[in-house]
Amino acid sequence: MDAPHLKVDELLDDPGVSILVCTGAGGVGKTTTAAALALRAAERGRHVCVLTIDPARRLAQAMGLTELDNNPREVPGIDGSGSLHAMMLDMKRTFDEVVEAHADPERASQILDNPFYQALSSSFAGTQEYMAMEKLGQLHADTEAPWDLIIVDTPPSRSALDFLDAPARLGSFLDGRFIRILTAPARGAGRGLGRLAVAGFGIFTGVLSKILGAQVLADVGTFVAAIDTTFGGFRERADATFSLLQQPSTAFLVVATPESDALREASYFVERLQQEDMPLGGLIVNRVQEVDQDLMTADTAAATAEQLAATRGEDDLTARLLDLHAARLRTRERQHHLTERFSGAHPGVATAQVPALAEDVHDLEGLREVGELLALGRSV
Amino acid sequence: MSEALWPGVSLHVVSGKGGTGKTTVAAALAMSLARDGRRTLLMEVEGRQGIAQLFDVPPLPYEERKVAVAPGGGEVWALAVDPEDALLDYLEIFYNLRRAGSALRRMGAVDFATTIAPGLRDVLLTGKACEVVRRSDKDASDAYDAVVLDAPPTGRITRFLNVNNEVSGLAKVGPIRNHADLVMGVIASPRTAVHLVTLLEEMPVQETVDGVAELREAGLPVGGVIVNMNRTPVLTDSEMALAVAHELPLAEITDVVSSTGLATKAPMIAEALIREGDDHALRVELERREFARLEDLDVPILRLPFLSGGIDLASLYELSTDLTDQGVR
Repeated sequence: MDAPHLKVDELLDDPGVSILVCTGAGGVGKTTTAAALALRAAERGRHVCVLTIDPARRLAQAMGLTELDNNPREVPGIDGSGSLHAMMLDMKRTFDEVVEAHADPERASQILDNPFYQALSSSFAGTQEYMAMEKLGQLHADTEAPWDLIIVDTPPSRSALDFLDAPARLGSFLDGRFIRILTAPARGAGRGLGRLAVAGFGIFTGVLSKILGAQVLADVGTFVAAIDTTFGGFRERADATFSLLQQPSTAFLVVATPESDALREASYFVERLQQEDMPLGGLIVNRVQEVDQDLMTADTAAATAEQLAATRGEDDLTARLLDLHAARLRTRERQHHLTERFSGAHPGVATAQVPALAEDVHDLEGLREVGELLALGRSV
Repeated sequence: MSEALWPGVSLHVVSGKGGTGKTTVAAALAMSLARDGRRTLLMEVEGRQGIAQLFDVPPLPYEERKVAVAPGGGEVWALAVDPEDALLDYLEIFYNLRRAGSALRRMGAVDFATTIAPGLRDVLLTGKACEVVRRSDKDASDAYDAVVLDAPPTGRITRFLNVNNEVSGLAKVGPIRNHADLVMGVIASPRTAVHLVTLLEEMPVQETVDGVAELREAGLPVGGVIVNMNRTPVLTDSEMALAVAHELPLAEITDVVSSTGLATKAPMIAEALIREGDDHALRVELERREFARLEDLDVPILRLPFLSGGIDLASLYELSTDLTDQGVR
């Protein structure tokens, strides 16, 4: 079963699309894909802002991202009437800015100095995802900004689903029942929860003190008290961005490579988007083996190579090139089989295939080439 | 056979950029170390059930299970560590609090505890690996000759292993701090080796170079770099030079193809073969440049072949033999 062809240019040109999210397993080329799409959209006349999370140094340089100031910078060298802004997410700084924007200076510095806050804002699993969402919300809400399309690269998480789940997890953690009861016994902890639950919380705080030490709990308490009185609603903020991602003006592009792990991850993500009523733009399969499949089968190539090696000697150049061709055909067959299996399980998901590039992208020219390949969407 | 690498190491931590095949390499390593009647434990910590998929067994519970037999007799066991279960283990071993732990889990409190303390999760996961390693000190019947940990990717590995540092920002004293010290006593010692899996491509190699620098700076023992999915060059050096200049002999190749059963399409086939030869040469050149950057790291480099058929149990044995031939035993 052939998947429908993902028409990348139609998506980029659609004025109704204002957010594109590139997601997928680690190491599949999400960041490069996001950057290439952004450049292409800009050169087709859109005003684009691309939010990258952790670009390779040379890719960042290609986009003029030499300093990390957590603000979009205009990328020079764009052809045509569109424009491109690019930024790299600084998670701690984004968090700090949220605190500074919502608290008076005294309260803000109290929060920023809290050891628990410092650990939370720089190393908490999920903070990066939460802050990516936060930044996306900010970029989208900025009505003065010159962009009309935001392209987001997602953090290199353990699972692609973390991008959707971590913000709510962190939000509910900070807003949650446990943390309130744990940190504010004076407010009447456990009221209405019943005796059993209260006893449970007693064990709970006891165990936590045992494991973490009382100081940690005290730091958490101070932090929550400070943050609670200045701005609540962590959960609400996460929810607001989450619902933004359910609007028809958003499109998710799931990025994969033709390998079973990456495609499995893509499957999970596609299923999840369907559950959440989130708009799926399509699947991009990077690093597809390019090979001319019409000339012969892999078996014929291998058999002919063997025959030539027998008649002309083991080191015959043509025989070795035929062996190379056979190996490429086999790789392509396996990749084809895996992508077919994906389309069989998810019929109707539009797909674009991008051939493996010999070298990494270092400049705008390289990004333009990737953009061309994405728009072409088929490897030969 | 070359000299044995990493004598005295009982904890092998395997990391690598996403997509480099670190789980496959970790499994092959566990198999090599189990050869000739030994027993190894392959651990995963990211809840992905990658080991079960690789060995084609049902999802692993939080329990050590035998997953494969190694050549020459020997056993590979596997364990998927879950932070919740590791916390309950910890409570039981150190505080005899198993029952309280189960009650806490029902309340969702364990999840809360591993969420509340950045670093707690990692200490518990690495702590479990160290607990298994220390069994051999006591000659326990459930001890292993080696433990192979399929660890988080290169970008996070130093933070993951450097639990002391992670915990110290938070807990300056207290039991978790003591536990972290105990864990560091194994991880930052000559009993541990951290291996990085890479491909000969620019980005994974850059991450490997950065990763080795970070590990060294944190005082963590770097083992080796394992270059995965190597393609054997099919061209000689002089042919490589021709291919890079797009000067492979078209006429000769067309003639040779014409002498075979493929004669009718010979010119098209010859052109396609040359195009692929050129592309191959470019890639090999790039790979050689990247390999030279790895050599500068001054750590043992091991190579594993690209397997065009994908990975199954048979290919795991093949990769394991390759590692053994390069000194893993």
